Amino acid sequence: MATENLVYDRPEGFTDTPTHYCPGCTHGVAHRLVAEVLEDMGLIDKTIGVAPVGCAVFAYNYFDTDFVEAPHGRAPAMATGIKRVLPDRVVFTYQGDGDLASIGMGEIVHAAARGENLTVIFINNANYGMTGGQMAPTTLPGMKTTSSPNGRDVETQGYPIKVSEMLSTLEGVGYCVRRSLHDPKNIRLAKKAIRMAFETQVRGLGFSMVELLSTCPTNWGMTPVNSLKFVEEHMVPAFPLGDYKISEAIKQIKI
Amino acid sequence: MPKELWKGNEAIAEAAVRAGLEAYFGYPITPQTEILEYLSRRMPELGRTFVQAESELGAINMVYGAACTGVRVMSSSSSPGVSLMMEGISYIAGTEVPAVLVNVMRGGPGLGNIAPAQGDYNQAVHGGGHGDYQPIVLAPASVQEAIDLTVLSFDLAEKYRAICMVILDGCVGQMMEPAQMPEMKPIQRANWDWATDGKMGKRERRILTSIYLDPIEEEKLNLRLLNRWRTIQANEIRYKEYFLDDAEIVIVGFGTAGRVALSAVRTAREQGIKVGLLRPITVSPFPSEVIDQLAGRAEAFLVTEMNSGQMLEDVRLAVKGRVPVEFYGRLGGVVPFPDEILSEIQRMAKIKLSANVHPRDAWLERMAKV
Repeated sequence: MATENLVYDRPEGFTDTPTHYCPGCTHGVAHRLVAEVLEDMGLIDKTIGVAPVGCAVFAYNYFDTDFVEAPHGRAPAMATGIKRVLPDRVVFTYQGDGDLASIGMGEIVHAAARGENLTVIFINNANYGMTGGQMAPTTLPGMKTTSSPNGRDVETQGYPIKVSEMLSTLEGVGYCVRRSLHDPKNIRLAKKAIRMAFETQVRGLGFSMVELLSTCPTNWGMTPVNSLKFVEEHMVPAFPLGDYKISEAIKQIKI
Repeated sequence: MPKELWKGNEAIAEAAVRAGLEAYFGYPITPQTEILEYLSRRMPELGRTFVQAESELGAINMVYGAACTGVRVMSSSSSPGVSLMMEGISYIAGTEVPAVLVNVMRGGPGLGNIAPAQGDYNQAVHGGGHGDYQPIVLAPASVQEAIDLTVLSFDLAEKYRAICMVILDGCVGQMMEPAQMPEMKPIQRANWDWATDGKMGKRERRILTSIYLDPIEEEKLNLRLLNRWRTIQANEIRYKEYFLDDAEIVIVGFGTAGRVALSAVRTAREQGIKVGLLRPITVSPFPSEVIDQLAGRAEAFLVTEMNSGQMLEDVRLAVKGRVPVEFYGRLGGVVPFPDEILSEIQRMAKIKLSANVHPRDAWLERMAKV
């Protein structure tokens, strides 16, 4: 008798909706990890998500939780408003690099500084995906985009912003790490980090963020496989993976 | 409740608390900062939410988030700060969630000054944020009215799932007057069928958004907002009438400009001039119908504002050229004296007025001679 083992299924945290993401984009992986963690922790029913402006603007279509859709960059402020009046709910934002590190820099820094009990999933793919691949605050030096056609010239267009390093200096931050989605091992580490971020929130231990290095095959002009290689060979050296801040109380958490 | 001496800004803050305000998010700016300061003490002692935001952008989006959960929430600011909030106001309107915003107006444009003004009328009444929506806008002229309209603003915002703005000039915000507070209303969370407060094992998930990618769907939203607006127009127009029964000259003014005009009207009445005052309470929806009726029996209108004649255009639309409309304004934070408006009334009672010149041009010409 042959036995069948179910090795892959839609997590309960997902709705039955095909995503709008481009083939090879790692948004789908990041979404799935969040949905799996919410399911594992039994949080789906009490979670309210805050979608950004950018490629993940329609994130609310995919998660089987309540969702709101924020103005560009303002997700941490909206999430603050929700969490402060409903402290027993779980609130997370899902934001890209243009949204979080450019137009929304004020909102993210101050939500972190206030130690809001929120979880932020930060997708760093080094460009503005939704509008067609313009230069983002995270675009690598020399990287070509539609608004840096000769490559990002640091003399006139500045240097990439390392958000995790920056936010980890703030007292209000409980958990702040950078992971990558370019191979199975790193995806597993990313899931563990997302779990820890939500554990931080559930325990009221302050602001938590997981930065995820991600691909953008369409706007990078690469095949999905080459995009993954680009993350490993170029993004990881520029944005080193690691634990930028894990407070003592969170280090004690065993899952 | 007995009357107590209240400062306008603090009265608004306490009135909001008594109306069931659960969360306040704000940012300091003169001349409204007392609202923020008052609530920074008052809200925590009641176990309610107070956050001083990093900016007006942060504040209005915190309001937006809290509004999505269905609680009573507000922010307050003054002109330059309200400009920054316009993005959030448009999103709140597009998402159809209730929220209250108080604008204690100051002189502008730009940084302007911190003196009382009414230059934000057009921004408040005729939009301000992007897209097709109309906010409910209430304009108090006294501390008592500021209290009453703050309480009303929460009811209207919830009733119509809309943004309700209370606009007052720095005069009303800063002055102290005897006023009566309403009783403290216990917080009762309504069980809204739209609020994103978590499924909690009881229902399907909910989404609150202002994005309608399909133009047909966006048009449906626009029409829904428009139809709701027509209901608001039919049911919520409020104004005060003074000496209008036999008035030959009708003054129209809101907020402090209307209140100053009332002093002038009383003096003119003592002098035998048949003049009355219409003071719009809802400047949006605008009391066009009552002006339309008055235009059928009055001989002339005088619009007084602390701006360059912004409501003037709405009055002219309602008068439809049937009788002359005159204008008198002070700008940039200057508050008119009753004597200035009295002189205008006396002038209008004496000479034959022409409807051929634009009232703003005629007013500027008169100002140039002074």
